[in-house]
Amino acid sequence: MEPLIIDNLKIYKPDKNLELIKKIGLLILGIGVIMLLVSLTGVSAIAPTLFLFLSFGLSIIGALTYCIPVYKEAPPGIKNNKIFFNSFTSKGTIAWFVGIIITGFYVLLYWFPNLLENWIRLLDSISYSFRGIKSDQWFLYGTFYTLAILVMGIKMIIKYRHNRYQIIRTLSVMFFQLGFAYLIPAILLKLNQPEFYFSYFWPLKYHYLFPGTVKGLFSSGGIGYFMIFWGVVMTFIATPILTYFYGKRWYCSWVCGCGGLAETAGDPFRHLSDNSLKAWKIERWMIHSVLVFIVITTALLWINSAMKGTVLGNSSLAFSKTYGFLIGSVFSGIVGVGFYPIMGNRVWCRFGCPMAAILGIIQRFKSRFRITTNGGQCIACGNCSTYCEMGIDVRAYAQRGENIVRASCVGCGICAAVCPRGVLNLENGNPNERYNLES
Amino acid sequence: MELLVIIGNGIAGITIARNVRKQHDMKITVISSESKYFFARTALMYIYMGHMRFEDTKPYEDWFWEKNRIDLVYAHVDRIDTDNKLLIMNNGETINYDKLVIATGSHTNKFGWPGQDLPGVQGLITLQDLKLLEENTKDIKHAVIIGGGLIGIELAEMLHSRNIHVTFLIREYYYWDNILPKEDSQLICKEILQHGFDLMLKTNLKEILAGENGRVRAVITDEGDEIECQFVGLTPGVHPNIDVVKDSKIETGKGVLVNEYFETNISDVYAAGDCVEIKSNREGGRNRFEQLWYTGKMHGEALANIICGNRTKYDRGVWFNSAKFLDIEYQTYGFVSNVQREGEKTFLWQDSDMKHSVRIVYKEDDNSIVGVNVYGIRLRHKVFENWIKEKKTVSYVVHNLREANFDPEFYKNYEPAILEEFKKQNPEMENSILNENTFA
Repeated sequence: MEPLIIDNLKIYKPDKNLELIKKIGLLILGIGVIMLLVSLTGVSAIAPTLFLFLSFGLSIIGALTYCIPVYKEAPPGIKNNKIFFNSFTSKGTIAWFVGIIITGFYVLLYWFPNLLENWIRLLDSISYSFRGIKSDQWFLYGTFYTLAILVMGIKMIIKYRHNRYQIIRTLSVMFFQLGFAYLIPAILLKLNQPEFYFSYFWPLKYHYLFPGTVKGLFSSGGIGYFMIFWGVVMTFIATPILTYFYGKRWYCSWVCGCGGLAETAGDPFRHLSDNSLKAWKIERWMIHSVLVFIVITTALLWINSAMKGTVLGNSSLAFSKTYGFLIGSVFSGIVGVGFYPIMGNRVWCRFGCPMAAILGIIQRFKSRFRITTNGGQCIACGNCSTYCEMGIDVRAYAQRGENIVRASCVGCGICAAVCPRGVLNLENGNPNERYNLES
Repeated sequence: MELLVIIGNGIAGITIARNVRKQHDMKITVISSESKYFFARTALMYIYMGHMRFEDTKPYEDWFWEKNRIDLVYAHVDRIDTDNKLLIMNNGETINYDKLVIATGSHTNKFGWPGQDLPGVQGLITLQDLKLLEENTKDIKHAVIIGGGLIGIELAEMLHSRNIHVTFLIREYYYWDNILPKEDSQLICKEILQHGFDLMLKTNLKEILAGENGRVRAVITDEGDEIECQFVGLTPGVHPNIDVVKDSKIETGKGVLVNEYFETNISDVYAAGDCVEIKSNREGGRNRFEQLWYTGKMHGEALANIICGNRTKYDRGVWFNSAKFLDIEYQTYGFVSNVQREGEKTFLWQDSDMKHSVRIVYKEDDNSIVGVNVYGIRLRHKVFENWIKEKKTVSYVVHNLREANFDPEFYKNYEPAILEEFKKQNPEMENSILNENTFA
């Protein structure tokens, strides 16, 4: 036999220069974070633009410098090496530290925004430029949120550069966050129109179909009518139709901002989701309770409104405020994001989101979507179950040769990506053949 | 109540326990000295690489076994007394059985190399091997792997993930070329080199040398080269683990000898999985060893039926297998010989990136397909199984390849390029496909 001839071979070897670049990236990121903390004291007021660059700017540059060279380290492919050895990604000290920091940020944001005043002022110039008004705590939050999705989205794309489903899906969540959840609401404000998020619908954005909001939009005329129309159509018509054709993924892992953050900034924590049967039981009780709660709240508010406040009186406000506090702030924010490094990246989506509950019910009972299992090829390794952010025990189905039809599946496609034997595939097809039950 | 005892809780043993429980109420006990709970051996590599924890490799939660009334015994069987239907454990205790299954798996092959039992030299099969590997590879720089098979390349990937430099010593001309055709092997060789491993082909191990501390220091090849290393991985294949039956009346060859019903020479004693040697039903035919995850599972399913009274012959159906060679996924359906057999022809397409390839083997006389090897593209098991059973022609398969595609959405379609290449190689077949379509 002739000898092995190989030309144009790109060999991946440990590269000191790459390590150096990554270290420089970390250093810049570190400086950026320190400058952010420094800005909190108020010194940034002397030169807001400079401090904006030194804090936000350097953090972004540092983070990108750190994560972009990764593509040169090893050939494209699944490289989850050392995830369970790393303190940050395996509930170690660093994870708890980061979790506490994020949780703390949410506490300040919701209840002590005045302590964040100097950060808010830092963003005034940007806020004026496309919102036409000064910055506030929610603009600060939106900016952080959008930056997290964009920067970590780039990291996600590099990590899954061999996987076009992941690339396109990540670009999609980056697009919807930047456009629909950041720029468009800001521009609407500048045009003296109601601030409206076209990528969020009732019941996730629960007050969009509250009588108060609807009346408010009604009074703002033309564009207000469109917003009401959009909200109603998306909730009651587009959601069932799109979910029938594509599963809940069209929203949860392609459009939604909560999903967008979970899929980008939350990607390093997806394996922390509990995939025990017990967790599944708790999940079903919780998420459907929240759905019932918000449906009843909305219905009561409308009845009350129709009867001119005779049913609930002033307590209607208290009712919706309770929901806002418990579910909107504590659950979706503090637990949902703050606990990423401890409980995984989809805690809110899995246990709390009423929109996910509705999408899930449709997906479970009337949808073309399923994860197909490829014959007998499963080796039961468990990568799919480990990396399922919704805590679905994917392997339990795959090793029996059954397709996966589950209410909670957000169709992120990671199970199919990490499967070493090509057993899993996200598909839309004939709903009558979606289970593939053999024995 | 009747008591079924299974020795070994790997995929074969556990599949038997689960499938018997589905059909029958008999008492079931599974004995293992490797781990109390069933885990996926295929995932050992992911524990070492930090992709998963041991907990994550268990396909069933711990409550599953009690709920399904499958007793787990974490102990070692020393001896089998088939006359008294008794197992003698290494702690002196005994366990009775009415029916017994031996599913003890494999051992690593060793070919009597000097130094093969030195500290720092090991194979990788069991959980204990993995623990040993953790100790043996702590803070080391360089490892040598002997034998290029499926475990070898996984072990190389594992060590590489810990920044240990790997030298791969392979006896064959190309990687795994006793199974893979030459061009396929070359594709994998390229993948190995690209990851930065040293690949020494056509090289045999001569000796493993010890250092002053008594641990492995270097290996010497048959060419006389000395390679410094602190670890040697032995992965030149496996052989049945028949330790437990050695002093019993159960007949053995290289493995526990069974017929096509997994029955041994002793009634009520069965064996399945890696440890068996299936006797040929043809005069002078070769006995079979099937040492894959999939065959372990299929043995288990078949034997569970037999134990429950449905005595049907084991039929493994259309052959299939899969692997992942570093970043390249591999699937095979039907039979693809490493060297083209008499009366067979081959269609081969390789992408210029050497990461994607399809090889279809078909019969010369009627062009019906015999098997397929595919790299970097996922295929539907069911579709290919049917095509092989239905003896579809190679041109039918190439024209309808999209139907068998199982890649994630938005992936590049290689089918047009494959078809193009097929037409180029077989211009004469285009006419026949037209006819075939007309009458179809």
